[in-house]
Amino acid sequence: MTERFVIAILVENQPGILTRVASMFNRRGFNIDSLTVSETETHEYSRITISLTGDDGICRQIIKQLKKLYNVKEVKVMDRQKSVFRELALIKLKNVPETRQEILSAVDIFRSKIVDFSPSTLCVEITGETSKIEAFIALVEPLGILEMCRTGVVAIERGCHYLNSDTSL
Amino acid sequence: MILTGAEIVVETLIEQGCKTVFGYPGGQVINLYDALYTRSDRIQHILTAHEQGAAHAADGYARASGEVGVVIATSGPGATNLVTGIATAYLDSIPMVAITGNVPNSLIGKDSFQEVDITGVTLPITKHNFLVKSVDKLADTIREAFKIAKSGRPGPVLVDIPKDVQVASYPYQACPVVEKKMSKKAKGDKLSRAAQMIAESQKPYVYFGGGAVSADISKEITELADKIDAPIGCTMMGLSAVPVNHPRYLGMEGMHGHYASSVSQDEADLIITIGARFSDRATGNVSKYARKAKIIHIDADGAELNKNVSAELGIECDVKDALQRLISLVDQKKNPEWMARIAELKAEEQVQFEKVTAKDRITPYALIQETAKHTEADTPVVTDVGQHQMWVAQYYPFRNSRTFISSGGLGTMGFGLGAAIGAAKATGKRTVLFTGDGSFGMNLNELATVSAENVPVVIVIMNNHVLGMVRQWQTLFFQKHYSNTDLHERKTDFVKLADAFGIRGYRIQDLSELSAVIEKAFAENSPALIDCAIYEDEFVLPMLPPGGCIEDIITERSDK
Repeated sequence: MTERFVIAILVENQPGILTRVASMFNRRGFNIDSLTVSETETHEYSRITISLTGDDGICRQIIKQLKKLYNVKEVKVMDRQKSVFRELALIKLKNVPETRQEILSAVDIFRSKIVDFSPSTLCVEITGETSKIEAFIALVEPLGILEMCRTGVVAIERGCHYLNSDTSL
Repeated sequence: MILTGAEIVVETLIEQGCKTVFGYPGGQVINLYDALYTRSDRIQHILTAHEQGAAHAADGYARASGEVGVVIATSGPGATNLVTGIATAYLDSIPMVAITGNVPNSLIGKDSFQEVDITGVTLPITKHNFLVKSVDKLADTIREAFKIAKSGRPGPVLVDIPKDVQVASYPYQACPVVEKKMSKKAKGDKLSRAAQMIAESQKPYVYFGGGAVSADISKEITELADKIDAPIGCTMMGLSAVPVNHPRYLGMEGMHGHYASSVSQDEADLIITIGARFSDRATGNVSKYARKAKIIHIDADGAELNKNVSAELGIECDVKDALQRLISLVDQKKNPEWMARIAELKAEEQVQFEKVTAKDRITPYALIQETAKHTEADTPVVTDVGQHQMWVAQYYPFRNSRTFISSGGLGTMGFGLGAAIGAAKATGKRTVLFTGDGSFGMNLNELATVSAENVPVVIVIMNNHVLGMVRQWQTLFFQKHYSNTDLHERKTDFVKLADAFGIRGYRIQDLSELSAVIEKAFAENSPALIDCAIYEDEFVLPMLPPGGCIEDIITERSDK
């Protein structure tokens, strides 16, 4: 059964490591829905969060292939029930009197905010789980999306669970 | 002791037990070659004709000895010429360290002369690679490269060293040889489950691949098969790990496998797989592969479990330890009906063999048997890729492990001559290379190396003046459209060619000459080349067509 997985990967903070991870996906024919990478609480490691769609077997194979990469320290599938998922999107819309009110109420209902306003355009910032962002996009799409960018999913486990197995309270 | 980076590289190689390196000098490794020059009493460098030959030689050295093979090349084209050799080693899990020079750090990224991003290029074909940006990391990086190359499932590692790092100075202190890290030990409950599955089976089949060669488990495999009363089959990469004359041994299975081996694998109710990865050449159509069998898959690399074929029981482990423990867990079994069926299949195979093997001309079988009369149990037997490779895989009477040296996963034509040089250097033994006129044509420049180093290799060219394997497919599946597979117009005289390189050359054109000429070629322990004419439409049989299953097996020619 195909579903969406979010995999968190802790890697050594070294040049080229993102290429190694991305290259593995490309070479093995696995598709990435989104990918984010940034420094973590220690300078030593970076954290890559990858979201992808596939069945259980593909997910397991990806985990095993990732663990074989030399600079990879930890790999974990983020459990839907036990983790917080967030994504941020910036969406630039047409700013015309006919649709302005509709956009403003959508922004209000989705607890997003207007971060730029010009005579002809406005820009919405929205954060939340992917499903929320996609619902918002579906809602405003007929009103004329001019430009959009999304960060992709980041995820962190709730409570005393850490990706880095060396971490403890 | 303060040394230059180049000296540190060579000292670290020596420290890690490397006695022979293969390579080719160039602008960005001049310093490295200077350090080799002043240490030539402690480390031997073999100059090849081309970097690809050097890479295959390092690979052949590793396959024959089990040690890490080392190759050195300069930046740019030197480095890219290694690529096929590195990929060949990667696909067959061969421990190798490739060292390349690069332009100085200050020139990297500026498209400088002979600059190429070789760590980028080799990313998908190495276990790991390093660009060493400063001299303080150099010795440890090379040590780490050796460790990665030989640990777990072995593979090639590339270390790219900019020129300024080779020139810079840094203290060097010798360290012990790095220990290889074994895969983790198998969990007891998994082995118990395996023993249980074996106890419940009536038709077990012991199946091994290249992992059996690298883990040195020949003894364990035959012991297990004896204890559970099972036949033994293997992939091409497993060849030579179990002696061909072992009564339980059925030989290679798969696309050109032995009939009894492939059919009994299809009929088995349990396949105990050790160090094999279910390549498409071994399985054919995976959805129709071994439909009646449960599969136990034991491998050093967990990522192989359930990658191509789903196994009832997958065990990621140190395979030698796992097999030893498994043997002590299983009870002595008897499967008389199954073994009777195996005997029946072997008899059928023999009948088929007699039917398709001509007696009135030089067949590959006759050529291989005649050659084998002059070889020892520990003679490395190297092949190139194509029909001749399959014939050797089918017919050569292997006795000792690591004596079959062939490019399996990548199927690299042109692998053979370089690899034979490496195997001969590693073992100090006379080496046999079986090749075809197509494969040999790809890298015959290495005859220069054979000659210069007086490498005792006997080169047996099965010369059919065609690219036989492709021709066979064209005959069977492309209405005999022999597109670009006919080499008659080349008119290459291989005997004259041998002479040009200062090597003894012999020609065999008729069956009556076969035995005497081969004897002559083996009479002296110096390089020799035999150009042996064979029939252009000799087929490799049996054949499971690509993507086919056991019902599609072709055992004789029907197009005639």
